[in-house]
Amino acid sequence: MQENNKLKAFAAEIRMAAIEAIHSIGSGHIGGALSIADVLAVLYGREMRYDPQNPKWPERDKLVCSKGHAGPAVYGTLALKGFFPYEELKTLNRPGTHLPSHCDRNKTPGVDMTTGSLGQGTSLACGMALGDKLRGRDSRVFLIVGDGESNEGQVWEAFAFAAAKKLGNLVVLLDWNKRQLDGWTKDIFPMGDYVAKFEAFGFDTVKVNGNDIDELVPALERTRAGGDRPYAIVMDTVKGAGVAEVAEKVMNHSLPVSDEQYERWTAQLKEEIKALEVEQ
Amino acid sequence: MKIVYDGSMDPRLCKAVLGETIPAMAAEDPDLIYLDADLMNCIGTAKWAAANPDRAVNCGIAEANMIGVAAGLASAGFKPIVHTFGPFASRRCYDQLFLSAGYAKNDITVIGTDPGVTATLNGGTHMPFEDVALYRALPGSTIIDVTDPTMLISVLRQCKDRPGVKYIRVGRKSYARVYEDGSELPIGKAVTLREGTDLVIFACGIMVHEALQAAAALEKEGISAAVLDMFTIKPLDVEAVVSWAEKTGAVVVAENHNRFGGLCSAVSEVLAERCPTPAAFVAVEDQFGEVGPQGYLQERFGLTAAHIEEAAKSVLKRKETK
Repeated sequence: MQENNKLKAFAAEIRMAAIEAIHSIGSGHIGGALSIADVLAVLYGREMRYDPQNPKWPERDKLVCSKGHAGPAVYGTLALKGFFPYEELKTLNRPGTHLPSHCDRNKTPGVDMTTGSLGQGTSLACGMALGDKLRGRDSRVFLIVGDGESNEGQVWEAFAFAAAKKLGNLVVLLDWNKRQLDGWTKDIFPMGDYVAKFEAFGFDTVKVNGNDIDELVPALERTRAGGDRPYAIVMDTVKGAGVAEVAEKVMNHSLPVSDEQYERWTAQLKEEIKALEVEQ
Repeated sequence: MKIVYDGSMDPRLCKAVLGETIPAMAAEDPDLIYLDADLMNCIGTAKWAAANPDRAVNCGIAEANMIGVAAGLASAGFKPIVHTFGPFASRRCYDQLFLSAGYAKNDITVIGTDPGVTATLNGGTHMPFEDVALYRALPGSTIIDVTDPTMLISVLRQCKDRPGVKYIRVGRKSYARVYEDGSELPIGKAVTLREGTDLVIFACGIMVHEALQAAAALEKEGISAAVLDMFTIKPLDVEAVVSWAEKTGAVVVAENHNRFGGLCSAVSEVLAERCPTPAAFVAVEDQFGEVGPQGYLQERFGLTAAHIEEAAKSVLKRKETK
């Protein structure tokens, strides 16, 4: 459990970093950034192989954050892992920044693929996984897809492709946070049973609490086996997870962050980290 | 490069040329990978693809995904060559071309077969008069409207290693033979096919043959028309446009595409800024395509040598009264 506590603390740090970035520019896509902080902590804290000094290392594992607007969470993670100085988080969305609202592989060290037009990261990840496979690399490609994003038809073209081409080095992480910009997905565009869908497409599928490190760790670990089937982990998450005040707001896709909120939320997350350290 | 035009058809079908050239290029370059959207049998690559599953990916009828996969493969170090019919190689997957490939700097080559009226019996649904316009608006793109099979081979080889998103529009059937076998046609460099003093015809694709026919007919009437092959629509050979417009003082542009957004627009932009010159356009007048044999369609949409002659005479009148 000690390792998991470290990952939990890392997730809290990622949340703090994302909030730091968003607060610096005044507002941003906070809900969907917070919901994936835990999986990012497990990926970059445990599961993925990478080298911050050589971010383009071909043998690395790759992350495609297809819900590109979650950039601040990805940037926070990369900064904490030393891909670029933490202070740069405060340049989010400023003129000339390396950290645009949506992930851009040509701007940010450690961002493996450009995303932002929803759905497109799925096909890109398939191409990357196929490319690694054809090159004989044992790297894996991790693909974070939003549940709102999965309204896009391209997502399902890509999933069919992944199964058809036996991309066992592809791990799809569906952020089932149940909300999209206009409200609840059940009201806007309900997509039905994701687990059944993935299974029907031929994925090795599990469902976990995506905001629980203890569940994410074994689910990701078992994808190391590779094989002939792509993996899907349906992550049951809360949009805004980790900051109650954000999670409680239904319409939390993009929110302003005041100085007062920034101070308070950061203090709460610091307390959380301290408590985890005491537990160790 | 040698011009061997005599009005006769090249015996090679472009689909056969694609079916031979793509495997040949793959044999030479281990980074080349070919993707198709269930149209391998249309360009003769299916047999080779089946025997070389590591070099060829059939993506099924899912063009948006195919462009994304190609872009992902580019990021993994491959040089993807993608094929489908022109409409599906452009408008069907434009956002993917724009962002996954263009914006993300994942370099890919796209072949769109059967542009404009060469879609013939597949009809209006399959007849892209807008593909060039779409690709022109993609920063850093390269656009080729193929003139004959020799050019197809030359541009395919150049596009493979060229940065950016490259679009090659080419009919699957035959073309009038313009260039000697083995000729190299450098991308971005217009070819002067015929000298002339009264006007210049800028043409691309199937309209090159029509332009040469028109120029021969005009000569009989004492009108001297230069013909330039503007096969690279982007980046346009701006200097060729300016120097020939200045030299002749009258311009006709001929293309198998909507007059909005293609070669007509590209040439007009240069003329307006660099050397305002009377110009006339032989292109599709903002219409959707329809079904029929190519001869019928060229008449229907005003894409024949006779239409070019007419445009030439009308622009000459404006030149005189200028």
